[in-house]
Amino acid sequence: MKSVTNRIFKDRLLKTGIIVLSGLSCVPLLLILGEMLLKGWKQLSWSFLTQSTPTSLEAMLAVNSGERIPGGIANGIVGTLIMVLIATAIAVPIGLLCGIYLSEHRKTRFATTVRFLTELLQGTPSIIIGIIAYLWMVVPMKTHSALAGAIALSIMMLPLIVRSTEETLYLLPASLKEAALALGSSYRSMVIKVLLPALGASMIQWDPTRPSSAVSLLIWQFYNDPNLNSMIWSASLFLLLFVLLLNITAKQISKKWRI
Amino acid sequence: MTKDKVFRTLLLGSALLIVLVCEAVFYSLTSGALPAFRSFGFFRFIGSSQWGVVDGSEHYGALPFIMGTLLTSFVALLLCIPFSLPVAFFVGEYYRNTKLASWVGGVVDLLAGIPSIVYGLWGFYAVRPFIVRIGLSQQGFGILTASVVLAIMIIPYAASLSAEFIRMVPQELKEGAYSLGATRAEVLRRIILPSSASGLVSSYILAIGRALGETMAVTMLIGNTNNLPLSLSDTGNTMASVIANQFGEADGFKLSSLIAIGLVLFLITAAINFVGHLIIKRNTL
Repeated sequence: MKSVTNRIFKDRLLKTGIIVLSGLSCVPLLLILGEMLLKGWKQLSWSFLTQSTPTSLEAMLAVNSGERIPGGIANGIVGTLIMVLIATAIAVPIGLLCGIYLSEHRKTRFATTVRFLTELLQGTPSIIIGIIAYLWMVVPMKTHSALAGAIALSIMMLPLIVRSTEETLYLLPASLKEAALALGSSYRSMVIKVLLPALGASMIQWDPTRPSSAVSLLIWQFYNDPNLNSMIWSASLFLLLFVLLLNITAKQISKKWRI
Repeated sequence: MTKDKVFRTLLLGSALLIVLVCEAVFYSLTSGALPAFRSFGFFRFIGSSQWGVVDGSEHYGALPFIMGTLLTSFVALLLCIPFSLPVAFFVGEYYRNTKLASWVGGVVDLLAGIPSIVYGLWGFYAVRPFIVRIGLSQQGFGILTASVVLAIMIIPYAASLSAEFIRMVPQELKEGAYSLGATRAEVLRRIILPSSASGLVSSYILAIGRALGETMAVTMLIGNTNNLPLSLSDTGNTMASVIANQFGEADGFKLSSLIAIGLVLFLITAAINFVGHLIIKRNTL
């Protein structure tokens, strides 16, 4: 047996180590946020959000005469909104229904298969979903479109909705369901009146990082165009703040509404 | 009653649709990849490190990119463990259920919310110059730079999952050890680590699954060369980044080869995720 002081020393050392390393893990977020704030703050203004992106030439002229680059990222924001709306309209109904199905048939072989496939889809890298949307939408329509993006987005959203629906319903006491059925309600109205309202909270928990894609694309364009280069920071700052805000709100709401 | 039947059919139909989508994804990838596999052969495609036109004939092999993906993901995992594990212990054991833990956990979780492209920019303008300054690489691009950023990106996934497994270790086990006079460090090593080991392993496997498919950030940092990366300071490409980089202007055999790389990536991530989930299910049921 080692001496007591030695053991206590080791204990303290471990605790200090864990605290220090945990603290260090919080640093990257601050570094990233700080860098974006420092470099992007100047460009960020109301007109940045409401005007569309200037052409490369306009930006070059502005830079050469020492002015701020005119315009903003409104086209990216609108594009994102359109894509998210279409994707939500596709993925939410299907995801909800599938989630309800899975929670109602927990042990059957078919449900296990579907659950497995949902996990598979959830783990699929977005670049592969991108290839798929390209093959399904861009090739036949011969043009890139918001619709193709929306399809890709809905494939990415689908497994998240299915899983959060199923998990929420699983936690719901069976007595609630049985009470409704015992009162003579049909299966359909039981689902609509009992299960769906209980889902409220989990609806908000979807990963809000993915829908930011159209603004991401703009940043990529800025990054590759030397004339627009100075716009990347404000666009990233906007995207970052937006996503972080969405994340925090989602967390707060789901905390409040938890059953 | 008929309305009920319609509704039940709708439920079943939506479940079937998921199966259909998965099958269609697999089918599309396979049929897109077929020309490449057919002309180069599956194993020669995977095992060859030539990419492009050589001696007037096209030849595409995926080895450099498979290697790049595995290398970056593995190094990222190694770099991520010393930070995500302490966070997991911090949140799941030392300060569990305290305000402090939810703050630290929350801040680390926010890392998961940062878009990939923002990581890429930050890596390009902040991490890359740093790597150049400490003399690890001339240009700052390469496997190491990509891995560092990748490691930060997967910390939140690894940390929050492992914290959950650490939290699940039965209180009685720990109390038993404490009552025998063990220090917290000893409880950690002899009780918590062994009983949550499989859970921890699965969380890191799933974190690797995340790292494998990461695209934008890696594309901006890895250097985008088609050579076989052999050391950390080498530039290279991952499967995801080569697709992102070359898909736009590809056609014919090259397009098919890129889709084939997509298929290989799909299969690798599917296998990794499958193993991760399998370990979790084994131990929670």
